[in-house]
Amino acid sequence: MKLLLVAEYKSKKFLESNYELIAFADKLKADYVMFGVGDETDLPKCEGKIYLADSEKAGEYNPSLHKKLIAEVMEKEKADFIVLPHTSYGWDLAPRLSAELAFPQVTEVVDVDDDNFILPACNGKLWRKVSTGGKGIITIQGGAFNPENDYEGTPEVINLEVPSVESKIQFEGYEKAEAVGVDLTKAEIIVSAGRGVGKKENVENVRKLAEALGGELGASRPVVDSEWVEHSHQVGTTGQTVAPKLYVACGISGAIQHLAGMKKSDFILAVNTDKDAPIAEVADVLVVADVNQFAPALAEKISSK
Amino acid sequence: MKILVCVKQVPDMESKFKLDKNNKWFSEEDLAFRMNEYDEYAVEQAVQLKEQTGDAEVVVVSLGPERAKEAVKKALAMGCDRAVHIKDGDYYKKDSYSVAKNIYEYVKDENFDIAFTGLQSQDRGSAQVGVLLAEFLDYPCITTIIEFEYKDSEIQVKRELEGGEKAVVKVKPPVVLTCQLGLNTPRYPTLPNIMKAKKKEIKAVEPLDTENLLTFTDIDYPEKKGAAEILEGDVNELVEKTLDILKQKTSVLK
Ligand SMILES: Cc1cc2nc3c(=O)[nH]c(=O)nc-3n(C[C@H](O)[C@H](O)[C@H](O)COP(=O)(O)OP(=O)(O)OC[C@H]3O[C@@H](n4cnc5c(N)ncnc54)[C@H](O)[C@@H]3O)c2cc1C
Repeated sequence: MKLLLVAEYKSKKFLESNYELIAFADKLKADYVMFGVGDETDLPKCEGKIYLADSEKAGEYNPSLHKKLIAEVMEKEKADFIVLPHTSYGWDLAPRLSAELAFPQVTEVVDVDDDNFILPACNGKLWRKVSTGGKGIITIQGGAFNPENDYEGTPEVINLEVPSVESKIQFEGYEKAEAVGVDLTKAEIIVSAGRGVGKKENVENVRKLAEALGGELGASRPVVDSEWVEHSHQVGTTGQTVAPKLYVACGISGAIQHLAGMKKSDFILAVNTDKDAPIAEVADVLVVADVNQFAPALAEKISSK
Repeated sequence: MKILVCVKQVPDMESKFKLDKNNKWFSEEDLAFRMNEYDEYAVEQAVQLKEQTGDAEVVVVSLGPERAKEAVKKALAMGCDRAVHIKDGDYYKKDSYSVAKNIYEYVKDENFDIAFTGLQSQDRGSAQVGVLLAEFLDYPCITTIIEFEYKDSEIQVKRELEGGEKAVVKVKPPVVLTCQLGLNTPRYPTLPNIMKAKKKEIKAVEPLDTENLLTFTDIDYPEKKGAAEILEGDVNELVEKTLDILKQKTSVLK
């Protein structure tokens, strides 16, 4: 089996997370070649071939051109699968390749089982198995396939001609994250409010528990999107990545994007009315309770001591 | 201007899921259904654009079983003008490629200027249908938008990247845009608008025989790797137990 791994480059830098693509290939015991729109001064450490397109000419966000270049590599290499990270780059590009090559696509793969790919459904409450009939486009979930050792070697670089493809999309530039209001990465205790708190006023219950414990307030994305709490408190892939001594998840289901930001915490306490909530996968203790009763009661008990 | 919105009806993610008889999908018994969260943002953006331009028509399309009509009605009550319901009881047997092809076949002659879809559905999370539709239509596509602005026949959006970073992108219609959480604040349909929506057209059409590229083998509960201690009972008891555990197992409570 042969894989074409699509490496993600950002500002000409090869992303560390791309080694997960190689780990995936290793797990499948497959041969691989790579593709990247990047720079020869920053190559992955591995053997094999890497097809490189100059990022100056190809642009970091130019999906029609990237699609065309990858299709060209596929002509030469005839790989069985194209593998991309499940990131804003990967999930944007993958379906375009699926349409171009009429290959089936499997999104957010977390595991493999013989010839089947496993992917989460319904917020991680169910797992689906699918078969692609021996060819396909795969995006893999971050952290699902971890490299077991450091890779070594220097790949053979094959420079790709960058054709001029008229793009209807005009890339204007990047906008950096706003300077953060609270730096949760330094907090030892974080108490986070999720959508389960129900309404804006109830965030106070969680805030008071955070105060009683001497910690900071965190939040899941819907709480931030609804403007109940400011963005700088958001924990997760599009928020902050934290690792406090104690993380309390109040009314948070445990979607993968939230877990990615907090699962390295030393001790995780979850409060949820649903004892099957996926947060139980990472929590040390799951208290089955209404957060709006439990959090104030716990806060009061702590404060009265 | 002609605007398309694609919506899907999905189960409430807080539900308890049971598997169906064949272990191919979840059993729909006892589930509450609602509009896919990401699609609510898509509908809202379409309606806001209609309000801004004054002369737009917003058409909502949904592929799904009979019950999916409820999500379609909600979109109409939020301000869409008419709907096409591709009535498909076997919707869960279709892969994303086939779903997108179906929608494409029904909308390709309408010459939409802008199509909004959700970034992904909450049940399957494939994040493919919007992009595939764009590819079939040969329209440019921008995914994961969290800001939208339409001015002088030009669209400027922000795409969400990782770690709070955004990409600023400009495009001219026609275009397909996939919507991320937080793009706007989806409105609640008001009673008068729900009443008005009852008069709007919902055209029911048959699903087309489109090719599936993927085979669904089965569905199951995830392997439980976590070993969370589960505490249940009366709130006061729970508080006591939790305090004990925090004292024993963490260094944060003295
Ligand atoms: C590209 C991308 C990036 C994302 N980035 C992030 C991110 O950085 N951070 C993030 O958090 N999310 C992120 N998300 C969103 C993520 O997928 C989830 O939608 C989100 O984390 C869900 O938040 P939640 O757990 O608060 O809400 P829900 O999933 O709605 O869960 C609410 C939970 O509360 C429980 N509950 C309900 N009532 C009560 C009660 N009275 N007491 C106790 N519990 C109760 C329910 O059982 C449920 O488990 C991202 C999504 C995408 C697609």
